[in-house]
Amino acid sequence: MKYTYYPGCSLERNAGAYHSSTLAVAGPLGMEFQEVDDWNCCGATEFIAVDKMQAYALAARNLSLAEKQSNGNGATMVAPCSACFLNLSKCDAYLVKDAPLAEKVNRALAAGGLHYTPGSVRTRHLLEAMVTDVGFEGVAAQVKRPLYNLKVAPYYGCLIVRPGFLDKFDDEEYPTSLDKLMRTLGANVVDFPMKAHCCGGHMTQISEEVALGLIYRLLKNAADYGADVITTICPMCQLNLDAYQEHVNRYFGTHFKIPILYFTQLMGLAFDMDPLALGFGKEFIDAAPALAKIGVEPPPKPKRERPSKEALPMPMMPEEE
Amino acid sequence: MTTTAFSPEAPVLARTRRSFMREIVEDTPGGDPRLEMCIQCGTCGGSCPSGADMEYSPRRIFAMVEADMREEVLKANTFWYCVSCYYCMVRCPQEVHITDIMYTLKRKAIREGYYRESSASDAPDFSETFVDAVLKYGRSFELGLATRYHLRHHPIGAVKMATGMGLEMLRKGRMDLTPRRIKNLGQLQAILREAEDVAREDREQIGGGA
Ligand code: SF4
Ligand code: SF4
Repeated sequence: MKYTYYPGCSLERNAGAYHSSTLAVAGPLGMEFQEVDDWNCCGATEFIAVDKMQAYALAARNLSLAEKQSNGNGATMVAPCSACFLNLSKCDAYLVKDAPLAEKVNRALAAGGLHYTPGSVRTRHLLEAMVTDVGFEGVAAQVKRPLYNLKVAPYYGCLIVRPGFLDKFDDEEYPTSLDKLMRTLGANVVDFPMKAHCCGGHMTQISEEVALGLIYRLLKNAADYGADVITTICPMCQLNLDAYQEHVNRYFGTHFKIPILYFTQLMGLAFDMDPLALGFGKEFIDAAPALAKIGVEPPPKPKRERPSKEALPMPMMPEEE
Repeated sequence: MTTTAFSPEAPVLARTRRSFMREIVEDTPGGDPRLEMCIQCGTCGGSCPSGADMEYSPRRIFAMVEADMREEVLKANTFWYCVSCYYCMVRCPQEVHITDIMYTLKRKAIREGYYRESSASDAPDFSETFVDAVLKYGRSFELGLATRYHLRHHPIGAVKMATGMGLEMLRKGRMDLTPRRIKNLGQLQAILREAEDVAREDREQIGGGA
């Protein structure tokens, strides 16, 4: 099956492991991705907090590019990031519902020589596209190294199941599609009552205390049910649970060591693919002990250079160079 | 949608100018957000993961909107602590577009400067820095910005961030040092400039939009 692919900013860098594992498993599953040419940021949860019209024009440029790329055949655009999926599908749904907004957004797009016909691009989340189009049997046919022994907590977060602007594909509060997918891989899926609760989103930047509390609840719940790993479908969820796990441990005096892995990484392992090609080694909380449980060697660790205290690299905007 | 079945007689003031309620309803995209249908059941607040840290629960904020308490609402931290989890929205018996209304309140608080008086006065800066990068490059500069943001607002945290997490991000190839630029940036910027003009015209027509 052919899809238009919208990677989104996170997958370019922070969630590189999600990008490479998605492309790796797509092949055997018969999913063919064509990236939207020159796509821009979806706006995350920030743009709409600052400017409504610009936020809609920003998301609509991507829809318009996808529409153009499909030559009027009605594109199906797959987004692996839950926030991108939400923003793009919501923009489309609201442009369909709100004709005056659609008219104004198209005036803005026209300034760049573009146009978008509301409803012409269907944005889908990667998990939903896999589960619906390839199906569990299609996935099972590719499993060469079942993940027996690995206890997996399937974490959905918010935006793939809520609020559901397109056809609902799973329950809003107790979804099960990722559970079933993990079982198809042979994994031992543990109960995870908080599986659709919030990871805190951008709250780490607003109030670390509030954010760490939200992350703690999720980690504790997964640990209580004996999970070896938490599997996720969103770069923001991965970042919060992985990169902030040690902060949580310091703040709450806990000792969580739960690797946070993309569902496509676990699929790749079950398909017996090279862990390096699946982006293993980029996680903060080492996945090696979990990999050992299924008899997989982790990729070799890169040599650690001692960072020089004086020359800390600091991110900058080009004009500040 | 002008149903006011659950509200008391509109105050005299609201007949001469647009009520705060109308303003919010009209500034929220996606058709009628159904805020006027709120029955004050409290399901939203009870479902909210950050409810405990909010000065007023979403339910209470909506009651204050109905009471035209414009300033008090826009100075609150409630919407800044909203993490967009959409729990309230799928549970609300009246199908009020709660999360969208939280965003409308954020935009208003920024545009009118009220956020400075809220206990979450740092919050908009993160959103605005994010937006600035996207306006300039077309792509976000997520973690680079987070590090910069920490430097500006939490100098102590920033040391931790820069020496610990930021460095680890770089080492693992998970963070860019400079933002990435889209090819047709001129096109995107023309679109966004036009969007701004369209929004300005709108505001001049009805007043107060964001
Ligand atoms: S859940 Fe809906 S009806 Fe109930 S208080 Fe909240 S907004 Fe109002
Ligand atoms: S969307 Fe916002 S207001 Fe609603 S429950 Fe989630 S955090 Fe609370």
